[in-house]
Amino acid sequence: MAFKVAIASGKGGTGKTTFAVNLFSSINENWTRSVQLVDCDVEEPNDLLFFPNFSVKSEKPVEHVIPEIDTAKCTFCKKCEDYCEFNAIVMMPSMQYATVNKDLCHSCGACFVACEFDAIHETTDTIGTVTNYNIGNEMSLMEGNLRIGSPLQTILIKDLKNNLVGEHDILIYDAPPGTSCPVVETISDADFVILVTEPTPFGVYDLKLTVDLLREVNKPFGVFVNKAGLGNSEVYEFLKAENIDLLGEIPFSKEYAGLYSKGEIVRCVPLEFAKVYKEVVEYLKKLN
Amino acid sequence: MKDITILSGKGGTGKTSITAALASVIENTVFVDADVDAADLHIIFQPKNKETHVFEGAWVASIDTDLCTNCGLCQQHCKFEAIHFKSDGGLQIDPFACEGCRLCERVCPTQAISSMRSINNHWYVSDTRFGPLVHAKMGPGEENSGKLVTQIRKSAKDIALEIKADFILNDGPPGIGCAAIASITGADAVILVTEPSKSGFHDIVRLIELVQSFNIPMYALINKFDINLDITKQMESFFAREGIQLMGKLPFSEEMVYSMVEKKTMVEYNKDSEIVNTLSELWKKIASSELKMEH
Ligand code: SF4
Ligand code: SF4
Ligand code: SF4
Ligand code: SF4
Repeated sequence: MAFKVAIASGKGGTGKTTFAVNLFSSINENWTRSVQLVDCDVEEPNDLLFFPNFSVKSEKPVEHVIPEIDTAKCTFCKKCEDYCEFNAIVMMPSMQYATVNKDLCHSCGACFVACEFDAIHETTDTIGTVTNYNIGNEMSLMEGNLRIGSPLQTILIKDLKNNLVGEHDILIYDAPPGTSCPVVETISDADFVILVTEPTPFGVYDLKLTVDLLREVNKPFGVFVNKAGLGNSEVYEFLKAENIDLLGEIPFSKEYAGLYSKGEIVRCVPLEFAKVYKEVVEYLKKLN
Repeated sequence: MKDITILSGKGGTGKTSITAALASVIENTVFVDADVDAADLHIIFQPKNKETHVFEGAWVASIDTDLCTNCGLCQQHCKFEAIHFKSDGGLQIDPFACEGCRLCERVCPTQAISSMRSINNHWYVSDTRFGPLVHAKMGPGEENSGKLVTQIRKSAKDIALEIKADFILNDGPPGIGCAAIASITGADAVILVTEPSKSGFHDIVRLIELVQSFNIPMYALINKFDINLDITKQMESFFAREGIQLMGKLPFSEEMVYSMVEKKTMVEYNKDSEIVNTLSELWKKIASSELKMEH
């Protein structure tokens, strides 16, 4: 079984993607070439932007089963509407009208069980795609891409994981920001979580929320501080008081932000930063 | 009254600092922290809480092991793999995996399953030095953030009508999912905050596609424009092509961070800065523009 490391951050913009991409290359260089990057931020997948020489190995639409109501057979008893907890079924008996709002349907299957008149049939709807990219040096990146407007982020993340291609020793999951359902889905099968934060009041506040979540779901984790030196020392005091491992830190530099903006980070990591990532890799080796 | 939402696609573009800076400039406004998943505006606003409300989240099912006969029917029906056999042979439901569809409850022959709504989400109405603030805190791992956003925006609207506010300003959530959609629905205008990076560009294009489907006027603001002048240029021509008015460009500024550390808005921290000037100009333009009036 692959060793799975999820990269999360309560707040967006802390440098989580940068961290995930660099950690991935550092593992590839210093540990094993059998590592796969999995971009689980399906609303805004960005990891690929750091690998301009990519090619698509395979792409498949993610479909989910949704019901279709056959109005010829439907008696408009409304039992399916009553069973649907997500208000996805709309019906107007007086007009012999019944339809399913596919953007609200969670594919839970309740309406299929509800209908006693064989009036509901399965059909499918595409909620997004899962793509496997070759990103050079035989490295692989998998990405989920949610159809704009679809609320089924969590389901797509689950599908992405179920469709991972190839046997890898290590998987890096780049999680979406925040602390809600999609993040829980991303970290659900991770062996270790790395929280990326920045030493500002916003960063620390959101870090605390994420720590609460990880403790609730009982996941081991450590913290990486990005943009060190930019804010204050509150984050370090918090980590010390809570006995949380500080896995490393990268100082803030405007020059680095400029490099990042060009998506050139992997090839241009300054040497002292490369060392920091290597130390995180050593830390993970001990856990595995 | 105009209802305006600030969005950024992804977090970290400085959206909350910009909302806070605007708060120092605008008058007679009700503020909404619609980033309910990671609400940060309160760190600068220092709200004095007036009302606390519970927001009921999704249903979560649980099994009464005294009534359960281990027939496994519920497990067969659960599409979310939330029901598992424990090591002692009994069944249990993983509350984090449960989507709250209540199908297991309906198929159980012994009525051993019941569902409860989670009550981990709260929303608040507060007083601040800038005006009323409606904000929320979600419990860890909760769903339905879109509905919570809709709830707090509705409350803000009620307050705005009552005090005859001129504006409602929503600090929006990141992403393009249901929370973002809920923060745009019914708004009169959207201010897009972006930064000139490859990923910033990628995110803003997706966000614009989303906002366009709502047919709401958009204004753009490029933050940290001097980090990458090439991408800033590309963004400018992209906005022009899409007919989106660029309202200003802000330079990268460490002051922005230090104002946050001191829990002050940029105006309170350094009212003579270039950033404050640009934002005041931006607001003047937006406030005087012909926004779609819905109310
Ligand atoms: S599958 Fe579930 S969510 Fe979809 S329409 Fe049927 S009951 Fe509603
Ligand atoms: S349960 Fe079947 S028959 Fe009844 S309203 Fe739904 S589709 Fe029609
Ligand atoms: S359906 Fe009811 S009785 Fe059967 S295993 Fe599930 S909870 Fe137990
Ligand atoms: S409520 Fe639905 S998702 Fe939750 S355990 Fe029951 S069947 Fe599964």
